[in-house]
Amino acid sequence: MAENRGVMVYGEVAEDKLAAITTELLGCGRKLANDLGQELSAVLVGTGVSGLAQEAIAFGADKVYVVDDPLLASYQTDAYITVMDKAAKQAAPRVLLLGQTMVGRDLAPRLAVRLNTTAVTDCVELAIDPQSKFLLQTKPVYGGNARAVYTSETFPQIATVRAKAMTPLAKDSSRKGEVITIAAGLEPSVVRAKVLQKVKEEVAGIRLEDAKVVVSGGRGIGGPEGFKQLEELARILKGAVGASRPPCDNGWVPEGYQVGLTGKIVTPEVYVAVAVSGSSQHMAGCSGSKTIIAINKDPEANIFREARFGVVGDWKKVLPAFTNKVKELLAG
Amino acid sequence: MTPVRMIVCVKQVPDPEAPPASYKVDAATNRMATPPGVSPVISPFDENAVEAALKIKDAKGGKITVISLGVGLLRDVVKKPLSMGADELVLLEDPAFADGDSWSTAYALATAIKKIGEYDLILCGRQASDWDAGQVGSGIAEILGLPSVTIAKKIEVLDGKAKVERVLADGYEVMETPLPALITVSNELGEPRYPTIKGIMAAKKKEPIVWKPADIGVTPAQVGAAGRRNKVLKLFQPVREGKCEIVGGDSPEEAAVKLALRLREAKVF
Repeated sequence: MAENRGVMVYGEVAEDKLAAITTELLGCGRKLANDLGQELSAVLVGTGVSGLAQEAIAFGADKVYVVDDPLLASYQTDAYITVMDKAAKQAAPRVLLLGQTMVGRDLAPRLAVRLNTTAVTDCVELAIDPQSKFLLQTKPVYGGNARAVYTSETFPQIATVRAKAMTPLAKDSSRKGEVITIAAGLEPSVVRAKVLQKVKEEVAGIRLEDAKVVVSGGRGIGGPEGFKQLEELARILKGAVGASRPPCDNGWVPEGYQVGLTGKIVTPEVYVAVAVSGSSQHMAGCSGSKTIIAINKDPEANIFREARFGVVGDWKKVLPAFTNKVKELLAG
Repeated sequence: MTPVRMIVCVKQVPDPEAPPASYKVDAATNRMATPPGVSPVISPFDENAVEAALKIKDAKGGKITVISLGVGLLRDVVKKPLSMGADELVLLEDPAFADGDSWSTAYALATAIKKIGEYDLILCGRQASDWDAGQVGSGIAEILGLPSVTIAKKIEVLDGKAKVERVLADGYEVMETPLPALITVSNELGEPRYPTIKGIMAAKKKEPIVWKPADIGVTPAQVGAAGRRNKVLKLFQPVREGKCEIVGGDSPEEAAVKLALRLREAKVF
């Protein structure tokens, strides 16, 4: 095999556009490629995705590999591993970046084994070591209680990257690049685990990931009724309601409300944490918020180490008075 | 109704519910020092995987073999799945297995699973609470050439197939996989059951089967720290600034009003 060169980004598509995570990966990948003095490529896998190649170039790619095939209409492990194995062997990058998404989480570890290399998941910082030129991969470990810096010496060095950890470049539609088509060459028989149905859980109001204000409740809320009060505050602040894991596990709110290491990553302007202890697992999903406000009766709760403003007190007494005052201030 | 032969991989970890302040990095070894006074537990998602297996056993009948890899495995900890209702425990316990990465751990477990031989389903937690990598399950599937479904919230076994609900960011997808297969399990599956007194008594009487590298036909160089493909250059704890402004008052209601005023003043909203 030829010498491995360059950085490759696995592109994800959402609603016929490049997913936000992909533009973030291209922004980060551009910098890594520049540091290596090599090129940045993107790979787009799916059905009808070739039209997005120019968009990937506009966000920083020099070259786009397109694998467009009817059998790739939606993500499926066996099919996507097969074509990514082929694309990675053809392009032979030094570095391969994927999002820490439901696709990247599934694809990266298995692809790493197939390519006889290794992956580091959920990275929040990536850099090229100036001496060795190997990728240094920093990821939170122990539920966010520590960070580890990894490296490896087999190519491609694969990393999945946490949402919103990297910044996209400004879109430059005048950028030029090369588009290369790879034939999927898939035998339908490679597909073993099949998707029968997708069930979308509709969320009323603003999407948690897009909200400028998030009002989150924790174990201390005690039941589904309490979340109605959180919804009231969220409505006044034009925000969305989230939760730490216990309310989701207990069925007080839908699973999609979960903010944290294994839930959603949010970076709102304001994050109001109500009766949330602030476990590291939860903070992994919201520590990028601009201002965290905590209401908790335990003055020792970890959330007060993360918050900018706080009140120590029983949320049942604090929240109604707070909500009323906020409403009054915003009306006035 | 054919009984389902299941293998569940579980990992002993420091209790992730321990207060963050109890975690301290040992700079000399680049590893997390075991927090004093914090007892190890089975990694929470692995308990969800045990629960998934028990639900299948309840519905279809079957046998559950639990396998755990590590050193210093406390019998009270690793026997918990037995006390919940699993049938058999295999331990890959040897210094050579210690301190592996996702690759060398998956390789050792996959090799041990080959030795166990007959199975319909392998279950793992979606990720362990120490290194949070989430790679061992998919790694085992790839090494064994099995279909895999990751991050499941519901599993149903029906004649030679499994129907699996896989968690997505905005809902879930229903998948169907032929068996044998590997499935990783998430907390959405539901709380693991508590061991019963009867289960605890039964678990006490069961002795784990302990395998060394030679027992599964690997050399120490292929597993654990020696078999790693990546290395940890540095482990550190980011400094928290801890500059929370606590807004007080004579009553919780007064504090709440003052908080709202303070936030307005600081132009937070």
